[in-house]
Amino acid sequence: MSSAAIRGDALTKRFNSFLAVNDISIAVNEGEFFGFLGPNGAGKTTTIRLLTGILPPDSGSVEIAGINLSSHPLMAKMLMGVIPEHSTIYGDLTPVQNLNLVGKFYRMGARERDERIQELIPRLGLSEHRDRQVRVFSKGMKQRISIGCAILHRPRVLFLDEPTEGLDVQSRRLIVDIMRELQAEGTTIFLTTHNIEEASTLCQRVAIINRGSLVAVERPEVLKQTFETSKSVRVSFSRDVPAGFLENEDVSRITETGDKFILYTANPDAVVKEVVRRADREGLTITSLQISGPSLEEVFVHLTGGN
Amino acid sequence: MDISGLLSGVAVIAEKNIRIYYNKPPVFIFGLLFPLFLFIAFYIGRSMDMQTFLPGFLAMTLFFTASSVGPLITPWEKRDRTFERLLSYPVTLEIILLGDTVAGALFGLIITAIIIAGTVILLKVSVAVPLVWCVATLLGAITFASLGALLASPASETPSNIMMLSSLVRFPLIFISGIFVPLSSLGGVGLYLATLSPLTYLVDIFSFGMHGYSVFNPVTDCIVLLAWTVALLVVSRTVQRRNLTKGL
Repeated sequence: MSSAAIRGDALTKRFNSFLAVNDISIAVNEGEFFGFLGPNGAGKTTTIRLLTGILPPDSGSVEIAGINLSSHPLMAKMLMGVIPEHSTIYGDLTPVQNLNLVGKFYRMGARERDERIQELIPRLGLSEHRDRQVRVFSKGMKQRISIGCAILHRPRVLFLDEPTEGLDVQSRRLIVDIMRELQAEGTTIFLTTHNIEEASTLCQRVAIINRGSLVAVERPEVLKQTFETSKSVRVSFSRDVPAGFLENEDVSRITETGDKFILYTANPDAVVKEVVRRADREGLTITSLQISGPSLEEVFVHLTGGN
Repeated sequence: MDISGLLSGVAVIAEKNIRIYYNKPPVFIFGLLFPLFLFIAFYIGRSMDMQTFLPGFLAMTLFFTASSVGPLITPWEKRDRTFERLLSYPVTLEIILLGDTVAGALFGLIITAIIIAGTVILLKVSVAVPLVWCVATLLGAITFASLGALLASPASETPSNIMMLSSLVRFPLIFISGIFVPLSSLGGVGLYLATLSPLTYLVDIFSFGMHGYSVFNPVTDCIVLLAWTVALLVVSRTVQRRNLTKGL
């Protein structure tokens, strides 16, 4: 078994009478891509602040690569890169000045900083803007510099709190690509996101938090398998179909989204065969047909008590 | 304790503050223009003796300059959403506090040093014990930069609110600290009030450096200023820790 890059043990945090994080224990393996999901106000950001040493827990402890964050905060933080949720970089400085400043915090020498900055600026698509003040940049460009600041010192552990929230497609893709590259190089990634599809495709394991408590920690596919009953068949036709055309004893529920029908069933094989048979009989052309397992979104909604 | 990490963190925080906050308008207005206007208002047309007035004026300048940077930094960082990120770097709240104090102290030291050099060279004022002025300037800069750090501690992410609060605290002090009325002329309630203000002790050391005599013992002045520095930093740390989550 691989060693834990991040270990949070029995973490609890209260804000006055509000229990934000309730006795959470998390262990993220070295080199793992770990997703952290939860509805708004569930305690995601507070948990990430406890794990990164931004806030002290009321009780419990955090270790980064075996170093206790409370007793050795500087040593532990040297191993981390953090992109906080709403935080940004200094608008009065240029991208290069921001990166240089961050390099100094991580005690990188001048030459090492220069080399790394020369490497990162084009990678982040900022070559033409390297000497302009950041305050005039778009949100996507600021977020790219923010990523640069978090990975400049090649951290062993990278925490990202909603890094792609509200970004344009290009910036989002760039950030996802960078996360993938870092993970391939062995960086442990702890990603908080609202984008469940993103978590499902990127993360090796996900944790779901609700009302301050963990409700699941598992591989995405394993989580989906626990909700077998919500398999579905998605089908669309070249023209409208008559009412009741898709009703079938194997189908528990039908929903219509756009030009597609979603038929929920425990027996997708039988449903597909029946749909094809009926379409053939009616002379309908099937334009798309897909069997889907339960999505991580459905698992998430189920576990967090949504509808 | 990681001493090199602490020193390196303090230096980087101070450098960041110097680069970003020294040229902010509130620092210019509250740190430079205010003491200048107060000097003009009280000196011009009153035929005051520069030898008598200078210790108080220097102390006031150092007081305003050193305490003008600190109140701006934390509210500004919270407003611009850079404070949380700062906390995620290899620094602690104590390092941030010390870095803010060093930045404020350096600002006070630089401006006051320029004024001292200007007055000594241009106005040819005589200084009885120059070394005492050096010690006083250094000590006063640290004490009042610590006051600046404390003034930044309330949970506000609106720099103008904090600057207003800092003026509310700083202005009364200059009227009770022997700046406009020499300490030696104060008595009764005036002198009692003066002993409550840290600025009084700085004025007193500057007086000793200039004339060779003072109301209090200069060693006592230094001890009181050091005690104020420690107290201000400890209270700042406590208040900032309590308000840590506000404005993140």
